[in-house]
Amino acid sequence: MCNQAVSLVAAELERQGVSTVALQLLRSVAKRVRPPRALFVPFRHGYPLAEPNAPPRQHAVIEAALRMLEDPELGPPALVDFSPEGEGSDGEPPGHPRELR
Amino acid sequence: MGELSEFQVGRRLFLKTYPWRRIDPVPWAPLRRPLAESKLALVSSAGFVVPDQEPFDESRRGGDPSFREIPSDADPSMLVDTHRSQMFDHGGMRRDPNLAFPLDRARELVASGRIGSLARRHLSFMGGITAPGRLIKHTAPAAARALVAGGVDVALLVPV
Repeated sequence: MCNQAVSLVAAELERQGVSTVALQLLRSVAKRVRPPRALFVPFRHGYPLAEPNAPPRQHAVIEAALRMLEDPELGPPALVDFSPEGEGSDGEPPGHPRELR
Repeated sequence: MGELSEFQVGRRLFLKTYPWRRIDPVPWAPLRRPLAESKLALVSSAGFVVPDQEPFDESRRGGDPSFREIPSDADPSMLVDTHRSQMFDHGGMRRDPNLAFPLDRARELVASGRIGSLARRHLSFMGGITAPGRLIKHTAPAAARALVAGGVDVALLVPV
């Protein structure tokens, strides 16, 4: 639901002239809702910027999002996968048990 | 990885059959000026408020579509998680709110010159809005107007 909410807000911002990029945690939802610019991040819910207290990892995600804003080749809807260097193909961040309450 | 498999069976079924809103046509606002000259706003759906703000209302049917304005000079460690969803692990963003509301990272981007400046106010929503009609018709347009009035050029949106 969070993915859809930020996508709908992003669309309204774009209609009013603000360039947006929205992180997305579910690729299937991003493909259906179609936010204007979406960066799919391979992290679990609650961890959109990868890891707490890890500024370099958080910056890596934000930088990838900012590059989408600068990419003249992209058009609507744009969906890009974040692929962090040095992480496995499954992109699972280390050190966090998959605990859901 | 963020996958439907994270959720329990009942919730998975709900998410699979939920009528996701399709944005059509997809609006597109090209970057107006280099990022180094742009004003950035953050928009998060993590349900954060600053201590003197009213918490989001988890009891509202269909979800609470309201938003809060978070002052740009807020201390991230003072942000209060009022998102009541049990669908995700709140532990990370309670330890470090930058995980879902990256105010410190945004300030660092301005300090390094990657971004021109920050909006005076950022926006906080609470996700979990299953009935987004009021969000679409009222609160998202109002939120966008608030950012436009503040001279915002670009926005980074962060779900949880």
